[in-house]
Amino acid sequence: MKPRRAIKDPRGESLLFRRRALAGFVLIVLSLCLLVGRFVFLQVMHHDEFVTRSQANRVKPRAIPPARGLIYDRNGVLLADNVPAFRLEVVPEQVKDMPALLQRLGQVVPLDPGDLDAFRKQLRQSRRFESVPLKLHLTEDEIARFAVNRWRFPGVDVVPYLTRRYPLGGLFAHVVGYVGRIDADDLERLDPKRYQGTSHVGRSGIERSYENILHGTPGYELLEVNADGRTQRVLETHAPTPGKNLYLSLDVRLQKAAEAAFDGRPGAAVAIDPRNGQVLAMVSVPTFDPNLFVNGISQADYAALTNDPDKPLYNRALRGVYPPGSTVKPLVGLAGLETGMRTPQDTVVSTGVFYIPGQQRGYRDDQRGGVGRVDLVGAIEQSVNTYFYKLALDMGIDRFSEYMGKFGFGRPTGIDLIGESSGVLPSREWKAANYRQPWYPGETVIAGIGQGYWAVTPLQLGHAIATFAGHGVPYAPRLVMATQGGVKAAPQPLANPPSGPSLIRKPSDWNVVNEGMQQVIYGARGTGRQLGVGFPYLMAGKSGTAERFSRRSEAYETNRSTEYLATRHRAWFVAYAPADNPQIAVAAILESGAWGASAAGPIVRTILDAWLAAHDGEIADAKRLPVTAAPLPPSAASAAGAPPDIGAEDSEPAEDLPASATTSGGTP
Amino acid sequence: MIEALYARARRFVRRILSRPRIDLPLALGLFVLALTGLVTLYSAGDGNLALVGGQAGRFVLGGALLLLVSRIPPPVLRDWTPWLYAGSTALLVVVAVLGEGRGSIRWLDLGVMRFQPSELLKLTMPMMVAWYLHPRQLPPGWKDIAVVGLLIAIPAGLIAEQPDLGTAVLVAAAGAFALFLSGMAWWRIGLLLGAVAGMIPVGWHFLHQYQRDRVLTLLNPESDPLGNGWHIIQSQIAVGSGGVFGKGWLHSTQSRLDFLPEHTTDFIFAVFSEEFGLVGVIALVALYAFIIGRCLWIAMEARDTYSRLLAGAIGMSFFVYVFVNGGMVAGMLPVVGVPLPLISYGGTSAVSLLTGFGVLMSIHANRKMHF
Repeated sequence: MKPRRAIKDPRGESLLFRRRALAGFVLIVLSLCLLVGRFVFLQVMHHDEFVTRSQANRVKPRAIPPARGLIYDRNGVLLADNVPAFRLEVVPEQVKDMPALLQRLGQVVPLDPGDLDAFRKQLRQSRRFESVPLKLHLTEDEIARFAVNRWRFPGVDVVPYLTRRYPLGGLFAHVVGYVGRIDADDLERLDPKRYQGTSHVGRSGIERSYENILHGTPGYELLEVNADGRTQRVLETHAPTPGKNLYLSLDVRLQKAAEAAFDGRPGAAVAIDPRNGQVLAMVSVPTFDPNLFVNGISQADYAALTNDPDKPLYNRALRGVYPPGSTVKPLVGLAGLETGMRTPQDTVVSTGVFYIPGQQRGYRDDQRGGVGRVDLVGAIEQSVNTYFYKLALDMGIDRFSEYMGKFGFGRPTGIDLIGESSGVLPSREWKAANYRQPWYPGETVIAGIGQGYWAVTPLQLGHAIATFAGHGVPYAPRLVMATQGGVKAAPQPLANPPSGPSLIRKPSDWNVVNEGMQQVIYGARGTGRQLGVGFPYLMAGKSGTAERFSRRSEAYETNRSTEYLATRHRAWFVAYAPADNPQIAVAAILESGAWGASAAGPIVRTILDAWLAAHDGEIADAKRLPVTAAPLPPSAASAAGAPPDIGAEDSEPAEDLPASATTSGGTP
Repeated sequence: MIEALYARARRFVRRILSRPRIDLPLALGLFVLALTGLVTLYSAGDGNLALVGGQAGRFVLGGALLLLVSRIPPPVLRDWTPWLYAGSTALLVVVAVLGEGRGSIRWLDLGVMRFQPSELLKLTMPMMVAWYLHPRQLPPGWKDIAVVGLLIAIPAGLIAEQPDLGTAVLVAAAGAFALFLSGMAWWRIGLLLGAVAGMIPVGWHFLHQYQRDRVLTLLNPESDPLGNGWHIIQSQIAVGSGGVFGKGWLHSTQSRLDFLPEHTTDFIFAVFSEEFGLVGVIALVALYAFIIGRCLWIAMEARDTYSRLLAGAIGMSFFVYVFVNGGMVAGMLPVVGVPLPLISYGGTSAVSLLTGFGVLMSIHANRKMHF
């Protein structure tokens, strides 16, 4: 073995090692200091940031949906309620074989394909351990059947929730509306923060227009979750603020009476308090059960509603447009007085037909041969077309439509519902915009009796009559009278100030027209003579009959049976009471009524009777009539058996509605 | 015959118990550390007593091995060294052959238990380097350095191939520390480190994609917060939210709610930091420093070169564990599977570490005599 360069030096090596070990230890301590430095950086300098992130990690807020506000009528009768219901929920991770489970479950609780579709869709979007609703609104029978079989279905449970219920069914379907499950379109429109956890949203009616107030503010709870998002425990709970309750100005008793009066025949009625614009009744017949929509309407039910020829889903009071016919005559007369075109004493001779000077075409009066010389009161009482033909022609269409527009025709009334129709107020501008044709004087003539382009909704007409009855002070119609934050809180009235000063300049003008409308009820030749019998307060009213089709055949002349005419006419009646201090104004239309007073009049009277009954038969600040006396002098006897008179009771509408080149002469 | 054997065994046990050849300060340090480990594990394991019990059992086994190994005199150990080294390296080759085409293979399945040969190298590597340098003239020259380099490179390369970079680094560090302690000249060290630094771009090409991702994620964890960055981010959140005094024992939300992955093993330090705060971290690091310092003191007192180098290397490689694990938990180093010694849950690590300390005890028992 080759000798080494130097001999091993144990002592030197030991010293060398000692130095190295010390150097190593110093390096190690320095490195450990560096490591501790890093911990100081994280735990001291960035402590706050990491605390925040640690909290964000573990604490997840979850929204608690608020309870929806309840809806009452003006007397506190519940119209929309929240009721506990039960639904089936499935926790996917506890189910081994989902198709088999659904199959077996379907034998216990019937599951329709719609339920299964929605379930599968939601299943894909949710986490394994979150329960997914399978079937809403279980019946007690289903709950019971599931309960005894529950052991067979691990992961499936019956869970309580709150759902909307409309205890009066279809009675308020068109006014209160209904809620529906939130869908994808809603999610884009709604504030996601406010609607977290909410399953339903107002779809129509008050439920929709007052959604903001009814919905409330969601609360939240802070949940501690683990890395999988699974809830460990609840850290804090902040209760939601329930939506406010609403008190409607509607009265269930009036509403019921009005609906019953239609007896299922298509039509609509609106009753408004002229003193403040509060809507007392609003019905559209036929109606539907809003409860069907709450938890998703079935295909079959929906098809039945949409295929019904009477269109029960259609809100006639709000959206149906009809020619107003003679119901606007009092307002046309008022226009004549207010614009100075007429004095109450001015008269017109009714000969049975009216001609525009220098023109061939004749415009029919309601009675052959006419009624002779009448003033405004008489013209309203007997609904004399000639008076209003001439008045409209003298005013000219521009002044005419400007004045009528003040009463809200041709534009939405501003009621607190969504989807109101504007109707049509005939005017030069409107025709130019819609037909690109000039205005013909003949069109002014028939506008004077509420025919031609005229189209009004029952709500608009009710609003106009209420505005007149309230001495011309305009109020936007209101359904919601007050809100209430919590069951115990006092209801807070919603202010509804008049939308402008009175439309009527001279109270004497109002008195004249009011007199004319009273004569409709009480006059010897009034068109609504039967309607005031037995009503203990003064009524004022006006009938109206509008044609649905223009007259083409002679059948109209030869076959004047009520049944036949009902297929051709729309019957209107408007009224207010008491005439000396109006507190309710009503407009009603029957889509297939032969004559306004005989078909729609009784509906109005029924509503007024219900209103009176709701006030226990006593109306403040109004003159009470002797009850027994039907105050009519000569024709009171015949009033009971009305039919012989019926031809005279209303104006026959003019024919050939839009004036055009083809209209030659309608009068025989 | 059986009675004779029985009598011998009894004598042996009595001798161990009556005259333990152990260093009391070091043993006390290890005991406190193991106790801290069990306490932390109880919290990190969400109060799972079976987990803590199992770990305690391994400590007992490791302690027994420690006592057993402490009875083996260093010269005997030195004689066995080449065989132990060759044997453990051969096992690595077996693993490499068996694992071919199967991704990451680190274990040998012995039927009864699974066994990780790379764990053996943590001890046999410094032994081998110390064995080689023991008879040489120190400080070592380039030739000896080259031989030692080869001794280190072969097993370290095999382990890195598995691929288990963390263990490879630990094994290589253990060998390198022995070389460092042998007095290798500072300029040579500087030159070698410079060369290694120069090799980094080359070495980058040999890394697996997931290893590169880990390094890249370290530089910007937020780039992939739910994937590669998740460990780093959640661990830093745990550490940072602990603050100076910590959230208190059993109040680590990051761990209890499973945000922190591997919270009983590689990332238990994060749980510890979250619950005991900076104060706890400093105390724990000081405890580790004390143990390392005590190891180096034992090494200085050792009788011969082999013992010195071995004891020093074992002590210093203990530091590597702490630094790499702590650096990983604090987001300073990439994620590598290095446990926190005697705190992380895991049998092999605890047992092999305690066995290593058994060697130290033996060296201590056979220290230089001061007259």
